[in-house]
Amino acid sequence: MSVKSYRQALNEAIRQEMERDERVIVMGEDIAGGMGAPGEDDAWGGVLGVTKGLMPQFGRERVLDTPISESAFIGCAAGAAATGLRPVAELMFVDFMGVCFDQIFNQAAKFRYMFGGKAVTPLVIRTMYGAGFRAASQHSQCLYPLFTHIPGLKVALPSNAYEAKGLMTQAIRDDDPVVIFEHKAMYDEEMEVPDEAYGIPFGEANVTREGDDVTMVAFGRMVNLANEVADSLKGSGISCTVVDPRTTSPLDEETILETVSETGRLVVIDEAHPRCNMATDVSALVSQEIFSDLKAPVKMVTAPHCPVPFSPALEDVYIPSTAKIEAAVREVVGKGH
Amino acid sequence: MQLNRDDLKEAYRRMCLIRDFEDKVHDEFAAGNIPGFVHLYAGEEASAVGVCMHLEDRDAIASTHRGHGHCIAKGCDAEGMMSEIYGKKDGLCGGKGGSMHIADLSKGMLGANGIVGGGPPLICGAALTAKTLKTGGVAIAFLGDGASNQGTTLESYNLAKIWNLPAIFVVEDNRYAESTASAWSVAGTQTKRAEGFGMPGTEVDGHDFFAVWEVAREAIERARNGEGPSLIHVKLNRYYGHFEGDAITYKGDGEVDKVKAEQDCLKLFKQRVVETSLLEPDELNEIETSVKSYIDQCAATATNGSSPTEADLMTDVYLSY
Amino acid sequence: MSGQIDPIVMPKWGLAMEEGMLVEWQIEEGTQIEKGQEIADIETTKITNIFESPTSGQIRRIVTSDGETVPVGFLLAVCAGDDVSDADIDSYVEDFKANFVLEETAAGGAAPESVEIAPGQSIRYLTMGNGDTPIVFVHGFGGGFDNWMLNQEALSEDHKTYAIDLPGHGGSTKQVGEGDLAAMTGTLHDFMSIMKIERAHLVGHSMGGGIALNFAFDHPGQVASLSLIAPVGFGTEINMDYIDGFISQTRAKKLRAVLELLVNDPAAISTDMVEDIIKYKRLDGVGVALGQLRDKIMPEGRQASQLKDRLDDLVAPVQVIWGRNDQIIPSSHAEGLSGRINVQVYDDTGHMPHLERASEVNTLIGDLAASV
Repeated sequence: MSVKSYRQALNEAIRQEMERDERVIVMGEDIAGGMGAPGEDDAWGGVLGVTKGLMPQFGRERVLDTPISESAFIGCAAGAAATGLRPVAELMFVDFMGVCFDQIFNQAAKFRYMFGGKAVTPLVIRTMYGAGFRAASQHSQCLYPLFTHIPGLKVALPSNAYEAKGLMTQAIRDDDPVVIFEHKAMYDEEMEVPDEAYGIPFGEANVTREGDDVTMVAFGRMVNLANEVADSLKGSGISCTVVDPRTTSPLDEETILETVSETGRLVVIDEAHPRCNMATDVSALVSQEIFSDLKAPVKMVTAPHCPVPFSPALEDVYIPSTAKIEAAVREVVGKGH
Repeated sequence: MQLNRDDLKEAYRRMCLIRDFEDKVHDEFAAGNIPGFVHLYAGEEASAVGVCMHLEDRDAIASTHRGHGHCIAKGCDAEGMMSEIYGKKDGLCGGKGGSMHIADLSKGMLGANGIVGGGPPLICGAALTAKTLKTGGVAIAFLGDGASNQGTTLESYNLAKIWNLPAIFVVEDNRYAESTASAWSVAGTQTKRAEGFGMPGTEVDGHDFFAVWEVAREAIERARNGEGPSLIHVKLNRYYGHFEGDAITYKGDGEVDKVKAEQDCLKLFKQRVVETSLLEPDELNEIETSVKSYIDQCAATATNGSSPTEADLMTDVYLSY
Repeated sequence: MSGQIDPIVMPKWGLAMEEGMLVEWQIEEGTQIEKGQEIADIETTKITNIFESPTSGQIRRIVTSDGETVPVGFLLAVCAGDDVSDADIDSYVEDFKANFVLEETAAGGAAPESVEIAPGQSIRYLTMGNGDTPIVFVHGFGGGFDNWMLNQEALSEDHKTYAIDLPGHGGSTKQVGEGDLAAMTGTLHDFMSIMKIERAHLVGHSMGGGIALNFAFDHPGQVASLSLIAPVGFGTEINMDYIDGFISQTRAKKLRAVLELLVNDPAAISTDMVEDIIKYKRLDGVGVALGQLRDKIMPEGRQASQLKDRLDDLVAPVQVIWGRNDQIIPSSHAEGLSGRINVQVYDDTGHMPHLERASEVNTLIGDLAASV
C-alpha cells in the first residue's frame, strides 16, 4: 500500500498486466513519444504522462506509437484483439471518437454477436474526458453515454486512484471490449492504492456514503463532488447515500434501486449533456421500477445542453458544481416529509 | 512454388463452389426464400481463390459486404454459410450475422463487413498479432473500388507501411461502387496510390486465376519474409447487381454478357488446364457435378433448418455481463 | 501542593486511527471511576467500541462532549481528587489544549514491515514494545495483524510484540502451500526462526488459535504460554455460512451482513472495516488462497483437525477464551477441558472477544505471560 496518483495507479495497472501477460500491448499517439525524432525517447509517455516508462521497460514492439490516424489504429487494435493480442489503445481525447467510431461500435462491439458468439475481442480503449481544463468544445466532452448506448461495449469511469487501478486491471483481463474514461482533472489526485494487482468487478456499484435522507448517484469525477456535498450536509442534519456505479455498462441497477428505495429521494449527477445521458437513464430506471417508493421528484444535476465553452467564466458555470448539487439535494430533501 | 494437380483441382472446386453457391442464392432470393439483402460475388471467383490458395488457418482475411466468395475461398463451411444466409440457428453465426457478417475466426476469416472500408484497419490488427506473436502469418484485406476511397483504407496503407506489417490489400475493382463507376470515383490509380505509400502495387487481370495466383504469391512471400505490405489491384466484373434486386440500369447494354462470354474466370481456367493437359476434362466435369449436388444439399439443409428462438436474442452480446 | 491530575485522552486503536468520535459518555462530572470501568463509547472509522478507563479517580471535568470528534491523544476528561481546585483544573485543560500537538502517525507510530521467508514469499508483521519473551499474535481466517489493534499496543507496554499477516492474508504472500494447519504452522515457525524468536507467548484467534496450538505440539520448547481465543481444533462445528459468505460476497452491504456474525453487537462493524476486507479480497491470489484454506481446514463444512484431546501433553500454561454468543465456532467447544486450563467465557460476546472485551482479554493475556 502506498500513496499513488490516479495517473500512477493507471500506469501501474497497465505495467503489472504487461508483466503478467505478454499478449498485452499498448498503442496510441505519443504513447511513448519521440518516435523517429532526434531528441529524447519516451519523451511524453502519453500526452498527460499516463504511459510514461512503459516503453523503456517493454520495448517498442509492445508500446507502439501511432501516427495521428485513429481510424487505422483503433481498428487495428480491434483486429489485433480478435486475433490473439490484448491491446490497450489510447484514444487521446474521447472527443476524437468522431474520426474512428465505426471501428469501435460497428466492428469491435459487434463481432461477438454478429459472428454467433465465436469472436473474443479483449480490447481496451483508454480515453480522456471531462471539462475544467479550458480546453473548449472539442477536448472536454463527457461522451460516455454514447458508448454506453452500444451493446457489446463495457464502459468504466474510475472515480479515484484506487478505482482507476482496479478497473483498469479488470478491463485488461476482461474478454469483451471495454472503454475506460479517465477524467483529466483527476490525474494528480492521490490516495492509498495497494501495490499488488487487483481487479474491481464490473457492474458492482460502490456505495461511498450511507445515509437516510437522499441518494446521490454520481458518475466519474462527479462522485467526488457528491461525497463532498454529503460530508458537508452532515452538519445540516441531512444524511446522504452516495452511489458510484463505477461502470455505466454494465450498470448496477440493483444497488441504485435498493439505495433509492431506502432513502426515497434521488439526485443524479452527471457531467454529460442532459439529453440521453446517465442521469436520464438512472431517472428512468427509478421511475419505472420504484416510482411508488419516491417521496420527492427525482432531480438531475448535469451540464447544460450546449457545447463546452472555452472562457473560464463560462466553463465554470457549465460544469456541475458542489453548490448546484447541494441545492438539488436540499430541494428534494425539503419535499415529501 | 508451383500448383500441382491436386492444387488445381482444389482451386477449380473452390471457384465452382462459389459460382454455384451464388447462383443458388440468386435463385432462392428471387423465390423469396432468403430474408434481407445479399450481394453476390459471381464472376469474381478467380480473385478470392487465387489469393486464398496461398493461405493457411494462421493467416487472416477481412472481407466486404460481397463476402461469400472470400469465405468459401478461405475454407468456411458452405452449408453453415447457406444456413446463415437463410437466418437459421445452425448457420455459421447462429443466424445473427447473415450474409454481410459471415465469419469464422477459426479459419482466419474475420468477417464479411457491412461497412465499406471496415476491413483494412482490422487487417492491420491481424497483421500486428502475427508480427508480435511471431506466428509467421499474414493478413489480407479484400476491399472494393468503393472502399479504396475510404479514409480507413488510406490510413491503413500508411499504418501497415510505417509498422512494416505483413499485410496485403487486395482491391477488387469490379468497376462499380454500387452504381457509381470507379473510372469516375477513383482519382489517380490504385497502384500509384500504393507507390505513394512506398509499397509495391501491382495491377492484375482478375478473370485470370493464374495471374492473380502469381501476383498474390509474390506479395504474400514478401509479407512472410518481413518485407512489409503490398497492394494488388484486381480488375474484374460482377455478374449480378450490387445487391439482389438491383436492375443494373447503370451498366451498358450487353456489358455483362460480353464478359461472361469472353472473360469468365471458370471458362478461362478450364480452357487453360485442358489445353496444357494439366487436368482432364472428365476430372473437371466431375468436380462440377459434385459441387452442384453439394450446393443443392446446402440449400436443402438451410431450408429445413430451424430458426433461432427468442431465447437466442440476448446471448452472445458479451462473454460476461 | 495540589494533588495529582490524571488526563483521559482519545486512545489510539490501530495504526490507521487518527481521530475518534466520542459517541456518548456513560459517566458524568463528579463520578468516581475505576480503572477498566466502561466510561464511554468511541467510534473510529474502523470500529465502534467501549472505552474503558485507563485510570481510577474522580471525573472532575469532561472536556470532549458527546458527538465530538477529536484527534488521537486529545483530552477527553480530567480525573483528580478533591484536593485539586477548579482553577487548577481550568489551567491544566488550557495548558493541555495550548500545547497539544497532533501525533505524527507515520513517524511516531510503528509501521508494518516485511520479511522474506522463502524466495518471493514474504510475511508482513507489526512489531511494538520491548521485553524478553515476546508475544506473537496469530489472526484467524480472513483477518490480519490489525485484528489486534486493541491488544497489541496495550500489551507492548511490558512485552515485545509481533502481530503477523498469515500467508494468503493482508500484505503477506498469497501462496498458502498445502493450505492446511500444518502449512500455516510451518510458516509461523519459519517466521519465528528468521526473526530469531526462540520462545514466545502465543496468542491465536480462531484459525490462528489452531495454528498456535499446533505449533505448541510441534515445538513445545518454543512456547512460553498459549492464549487461545475461540480457536479451531476443539470440535467439528464451524459456521460455513460465515466462511463461504466471507469468500463469496463482494458487495459491501452483503458482506457486512456476513461480518456481523462475528460480533455480539453488529454496530461494531464499521463501514471502513467492510471496505478494507473487500479491498483485501480483490487482491490477486486472495480468492484462491482463502478457498484453499477453507477446503483444507474445514473440508465439507467441518473442522478437519481435532487438537483438544492433546492439550494435556502441553507443559506451557494454556488459557481458552470464548464469547458465549459466538456464531462462528460455538462456545460449547470450551466445555469439558481439564482443570489446569483456564477457561474464560464472556457473556454478551461474539467471536471476537479480543475486540469486544479488549481490556479484559488483555489482562488475561498479560497475567498468563507474567505467570511464566
